[in-house]
Amino acid sequence: MEQLALKDPKVIEERKEFISTKGAQKQQVKCDEDSVAGSISQRACVFCGARVVLNPITDAIHLVHGPIGCASYTWDIRGSLTSGSNHYRNSFSTDMKEKDVIFGGEKKLAIVIDELVEKYKPKLIFVYSTCIVGVIGDDLEAVCKKQAQKYNIEIIPVQSSGFIGNKSAGYRAACDALLRLIAPAPQEQLTNNGETSQPKEVKKKSKTINYLGDFNLAAEAWIIKNYLKEIGVEINVTFTGDSDYVSLKKAPEASLNIIQCAGSMTYLAKKMEEIYDIPFIHISFLGIEDTKESIRKIARFFNDPEIEQKAEQLIARELKTIESQLDWYKQKLQGTKAAIYVGGGFKAISLLKQFKELGVEVVMVGTQTGRKEEYQTISELATEGTVILDDANPTELEQFMTEKGADLLVGGVKERPLAYKLGLAFIDHNHDRKHPLSGFVGAVNFAKEVYSTVCSPVWKYV
Amino acid sequence: MLDATTKEMKPRLSGGVINPAKTCQPIGAMYAALGIHKCLPHSHGSQGCCSYHRMHLTRHFRDPVMASTSSFTEGASVFGGGANLKTAIKNVFTIYNPDIMAVHTTCLSETIGDDIPTIIKQSEVPDGKLVIHASTPSYVGSHITGFSNMVKGAVTYLAEATMEEKKEQVNIIPGFVNPGDMREIKRMAKVMGVKNIVLPDTSGVLDSPMTGEFDMFPKGGTKIAEIVDTGNSKMSIALGSFASSDAAYALERKCKVKPAVLKTPIGIKATDEFLMTLSSNFGKEVAKELEEERGQLVDIMTDTHFHFHGKKVAVFGDPDIVIGLTEYLLSLGMIPVHVLTGTPGSKFETEIKEMLARAGIEGSNVKAAGDLYTFHQWIKNQPADLMIGNTYGKYIARAEDIPFVRVGFPILDRSVHSYMPIVGYKGAMRLLEMISNALLDRKDRDSADEDFELVM
Ligand code: SF4
Ligand code: SF4
Repeated sequence: MEQLALKDPKVIEERKEFISTKGAQKQQVKCDEDSVAGSISQRACVFCGARVVLNPITDAIHLVHGPIGCASYTWDIRGSLTSGSNHYRNSFSTDMKEKDVIFGGEKKLAIVIDELVEKYKPKLIFVYSTCIVGVIGDDLEAVCKKQAQKYNIEIIPVQSSGFIGNKSAGYRAACDALLRLIAPAPQEQLTNNGETSQPKEVKKKSKTINYLGDFNLAAEAWIIKNYLKEIGVEINVTFTGDSDYVSLKKAPEASLNIIQCAGSMTYLAKKMEEIYDIPFIHISFLGIEDTKESIRKIARFFNDPEIEQKAEQLIARELKTIESQLDWYKQKLQGTKAAIYVGGGFKAISLLKQFKELGVEVVMVGTQTGRKEEYQTISELATEGTVILDDANPTELEQFMTEKGADLLVGGVKERPLAYKLGLAFIDHNHDRKHPLSGFVGAVNFAKEVYSTVCSPVWKYV
Repeated sequence: MLDATTKEMKPRLSGGVINPAKTCQPIGAMYAALGIHKCLPHSHGSQGCCSYHRMHLTRHFRDPVMASTSSFTEGASVFGGGANLKTAIKNVFTIYNPDIMAVHTTCLSETIGDDIPTIIKQSEVPDGKLVIHASTPSYVGSHITGFSNMVKGAVTYLAEATMEEKKEQVNIIPGFVNPGDMREIKRMAKVMGVKNIVLPDTSGVLDSPMTGEFDMFPKGGTKIAEIVDTGNSKMSIALGSFASSDAAYALERKCKVKPAVLKTPIGIKATDEFLMTLSSNFGKEVAKELEEERGQLVDIMTDTHFHFHGKKVAVFGDPDIVIGLTEYLLSLGMIPVHVLTGTPGSKFETEIKEMLARAGIEGSNVKAAGDLYTFHQWIKNQPADLMIGNTYGKYIARAEDIPFVRVGFPILDRSVHSYMPIVGYKGAMRLLEMISNALLDRKDRDSADEDFELVM
């Protein structure tokens, strides 16, 4: 067993516990801690986490309360497609100035809301707090409440001050905002003639599910929607890809929640189980094995022979369509070594599986915000000698990819040029992806993408 | 979003922004610091900001952008970030080993009031290594302000007048332009035979060649010794008053280097002025090579002038770039009907209005500290034939079906632009090609079969 050399001074002392080699060390990799000051961390902040989860809600006004930067950098960068409103593609900011920082930004926030309501007549506004708002202590809750009453619309504060944690805390803040949104209106608002009515009973629709943790990047949610429709299961609402105010309100009616992105949505699912009595299951539509298994899992849940039969038919047909294409790519990719560095643990896991399906060896795998259980699974899936690491910096990435002879890196925006400079192929598996990677079609797209970057003639000139 | 913008204009009293035409200070500071050789920019704040700034620069330049962060957590925001910065300084020099670290603040560290110079003084900086800083609160100014502050910070910390007599050399402060532009500015000065120091200089850093290796600190960037030596130069030329003049004045105060603030040399007139300033101050004839390029430019301007003359154009972007562009567009006979920048500063409006008045153009909209919502409303009320601006203009261009030329920062949906200059005569030629192609492609697209022509 080759022992991995952690050459000093390249790997900083405090970082050693966050890196391990499968087979070489007993100890599990450390994760879920704050980054070391002075490192070139690839991590993002609470606001970022909240924004990515909520932004795909198409007809909402996403108002960023803070200085201009936070709004500028998150302006329409997600690639979540819409079948309805394009409203979420705008960028709204209170553009806080020195004066607001000194005297507080509540007044300005209230006026900005006034003007936005007048202009757009929205049903729903999210107000995101940024670092500075957390420090100066603006009472977002109060301003939102007052303005919401004034206009009789929903204005939901998102507590996403950047420094109170990392991206995961932002997911939670977003889920809290979503829970507020789907909560049934207080009963007095439900009566039209002043009489007090009973709290409205949520009517469950059978064979109807909510799809949690798909942001409809490159139309991925639509693919899954069609699969499920074919087997007789209706998607009620997607959290949050291509969703809107009206559809989200119907969320409590579903009879099952399925979760694609565990990192962002498990918390919401648990809460919905508690409050609305909706059970949930984890699924994944990334890669063939996961897709097959997930469709079956959903079919089994409903315990309906017809659904199960249709599911098998769908799987058989789809597999047949992609079989020969995949075989071709597999052949071309023989002997390829891949490195993975992505945001969440769930994604890393599904990538490990997908590479296995393609016969590609994974030599390094890491995440920005993976959790302990996820690293456990990663470690089980990884082959001997694979480097596993948490919250890596570019120097580490470079070192391990070179040592391990990776041909390909899967990562996000910031990793792309790094890979290219090293002469490595690259795949974007982040919010920037342009081809759907979900479902059977997605598996082919993935193979094709790996092929087109790994086998590009450009590497001959390096 | 296309129909969400209304034609009816009401004064917006809130000060809120819809679709910004600017971003925050730290990213400008980060970009400036990348133009110093073997420098690691350091963001003093929480890691989110740093990650966003790196991501945005990466998208524009498509090259690795390195910067470290103090990784603030809740503790730091209560007790101050001093400890974080000290640890960061120690770690950065042990792990990444840059020659110099350029610290900039974020709105968070500014708000809690960290005293950066004092913290730096108390930190362990290895022998021969340097730490400089700039204060860049994001709730003031824009990314251009941040850029300006970091360049000023670099000369304030480092420049020294070590000689009795000033050297026959010029400091050129190029402003927030692409590495391709900085290369072109250096080339012009070299062809003129004037010894020069360009600060900052991101060429060779953010347009570095592919070598099959990843280099944390690519070969490019202004060397520290050169920054020190800017104090000995005979004069400083600041290109663009918004991004560059502060550093030039700081050098004047500190080292008695004569400042000259010129426009960013976009188009024929501003390039002439730049070369004439070099020529008259250093007693050099304008080089034959450059004269020839100027001749070529005039030649193609004559070849194509009838395509542009009288065409209405809407321009937005960073102030120095927009000022330079507006002057060039006027020289082409075009009519800038809407001119906007997101960066605050009344001298933008004054300068543009003076140029328009001199050209006899009335009724144009001009605004500093504006946003793209306003810009879109203007176009709805008074249509334009062409739009010039950064990537974000594409929404408006699509909604209003206007040919669109991408110039400025950021450009996230096209590549190669950062390698190609828009400054100098060469840059003017390129702009001319882009503008005429956009207009003529549009004409081809729109013309009826019987009007479709081979020669235009
Ligand atoms: S928190 Fe401040 S410094 Fe950070 S991105 Fe937002 S505006 Fe910029
Ligand atoms: S890691 Fe998962 S939850 Fe997080 S943004 Fe990515 S896909 Fe979403």
